[in-house]
Amino acid sequence: MLYDVTIDGKRYRLDLNHADGRWSCRLDGRDLEVDAVLARPDVLSLRIGNMAYEIKSERVATDMHLWVGSTCFAAEVRDPRSLRGRTGGGDDRGPRKITASMPGKVVRLLVHEGEQVEPGAGVAVVEAMKMQNEIKSPKRGTIQKILVREGVAVNAGDVLAIVE
Amino acid sequence: MLAFISIRMFKKILIANRGEIAVRVIRACHEMGIAAVVVYSDVDRSALHVRKADEAYPIGAATAAESYLNIQKILDVAARSGAEAIHPGYGFLSENAKFAQACADAGVKFIGPTAAAMEAMGSKTRARQAMEKAGVPFVPGTSRGVESPEEAEQVAARIGYPVMLKAAAGGGGKGMRLVRARGELKPALEAARSEAERAFGDSEVYLEKAIVNPRHIEMQVLADECGNTVYLGERECSLQRRHQKVLEEAPSPLVDAGMRRGMGEVAVRVAHAASYTNAGTVEFLVDQKKNFYFLEMNTRLQVEHPVTELITGLDLVQLQIRIAAGEKLPFTQEDVHLRGHAIECRIYAEDPANNYFPSPGKITLLLEPSGPGIRLDGGMYEGWTVPIDYDPLLAKLIGYGTDRDQAVARLTQAFAEYFVGGIKTNIPLFRRILRDKDFRAAELDTGFLDRMLKRPEDKPVNATSAEVAAIAAGIFAALGSPAQGAGNGTAGSSKGSPTRADCNWKQTSRREALR
Repeated sequence: MLYDVTIDGKRYRLDLNHADGRWSCRLDGRDLEVDAVLARPDVLSLRIGNMAYEIKSERVATDMHLWVGSTCFAAEVRDPRSLRGRTGGGDDRGPRKITASMPGKVVRLLVHEGEQVEPGAGVAVVEAMKMQNEIKSPKRGTIQKILVREGVAVNAGDVLAIVE
Repeated sequence: MLAFISIRMFKKILIANRGEIAVRVIRACHEMGIAAVVVYSDVDRSALHVRKADEAYPIGAATAAESYLNIQKILDVAARSGAEAIHPGYGFLSENAKFAQACADAGVKFIGPTAAAMEAMGSKTRARQAMEKAGVPFVPGTSRGVESPEEAEQVAARIGYPVMLKAAAGGGGKGMRLVRARGELKPALEAARSEAERAFGDSEVYLEKAIVNPRHIEMQVLADECGNTVYLGERECSLQRRHQKVLEEAPSPLVDAGMRRGMGEVAVRVAHAASYTNAGTVEFLVDQKKNFYFLEMNTRLQVEHPVTELITGLDLVQLQIRIAAGEKLPFTQEDVHLRGHAIECRIYAEDPANNYFPSPGKITLLLEPSGPGIRLDGGMYEGWTVPIDYDPLLAKLIGYGTDRDQAVARLTQAFAEYFVGGIKTNIPLFRRILRDKDFRAAELDTGFLDRMLKRPEDKPVNATSAEVAAIAAGIFAALGSPAQGAGNGTAGSSKGSPTRADCNWKQTSRREALR
């Protein structure tokens, strides 16, 4: 199975096959001897040759993070044969979702629908643990829709507004 | 622990707190054969302290004023449960003299000092007046709130700039302003006053000489209700961010036996001046010439009490309970010996990459360290959602060694094992502190963390690690683990192996049994 993997923005081409408890692995054209045990959900014990690694996986809002030892990598996996394309990405055209980066309470909305915003303009203020965080617009555009009210609780990744 | 002559030990204690400290007190109660009663707010039903308690009572809404700060509700639970004493932990009602008095009036023993002792120490200006009388050294300045900018200017001119403005009712850096020159004084005084009014409902602000990059060292004291007071050594608390402690250690690398005795004797004098009982902490500022000045007294158990426990071999929470039950201290000052070195790291739910902003949420994965010299006082568990309503302290990781280097090495290893997934924590900050050259050399003062954080982090870039991550990402995807998205973590190749292992194990045990 071919995978298109992006780690911290760098792309790798990974050919990975699994049969009879054995893995065969080809990374960017290099054959590697790989052996993996899922120690528990989200924790992988990985051997590459005789080198041993423990990898932890975590999902934060919409991002996948992989920890190799104490180093965190942002990871994205695509199976080129599947129809699932990239979501979001660096594309500056089209509508963009403005999401809460952490759970909390929306204490203030700083824009109204139809308002023009610049990149970095404050859209909403979210409070958690007695601290307030301003959620900013990722791009220039018009606030197409506001999906929350002042006073409501939000989770990390919840869409607060859409900027077009 | 040395034997006490127990007259009347409590059978049931109510813990008016939450989080790791509630769990810590439950442990002490259970070790002593005492039943632990807890209270919880609406968002804390699934909290760890409720799981560990013998009895648990809901006390209302998440807002602290309606639950953990509500004196009447807590006293009602004490009456309903038949608890004979209340341990307040730290924060919440722990330094509230009204609460201590209300407990006394209700016939429930408050595990801590009396309301009168708390009041004597609760206001920083009143504490200064009492200390002045007791001959305790403190930072030059006013022992009363300053009335006018003119008065402030006169005092500042006398003691010399820079000066510090501080809220009399203050704590946690609120209502505090550093003033470097005369021109800054008037606006700073106005700002400090209005901030103090907003934060504490009291605009009294006093002025003292600012000690540049001081060390913050505190002395643990313990006093029984029979007039005996001892000091249990100091804690170095200079590693702070925005006046919040981050890492504490005991003993302080700066303090030698002579200085310790000097500070300890002053601390005991402070406690006596306030007729203090139970556990308390006297905080000192120490300047570059090792002069120490009384700062304030904290009339409660401190977050960082474990480092003192490790180097003295004492259990401070158990001693608090025994003192409250009327027992005499089972040892004297001469019996107190410090052994080894302990360092505590406060694990907060906050994001170091986003200006240390709070990061509550669900803990999806929790891997906790263990091993020689490692103590973990925690209030979290995997699958628990950290509520947005309270202090972000999740746990305290404490390392102990025969000396400071060993404690640092043990903590460094523990942080390589520690993993909290799903939310952000300041664990990466500790990895950085522990490998910092100045920290290793014990070059500590209250400006240390700000200076360290201003320097760019020398992150070792490891191309191999990125490749390992790429392969792991593919394997997680192939196994249909949550790493790829929706899915089930136990799928894939490992699905078959536990069953096989299980079968082998059964077959082996059957064979063994037949032999």
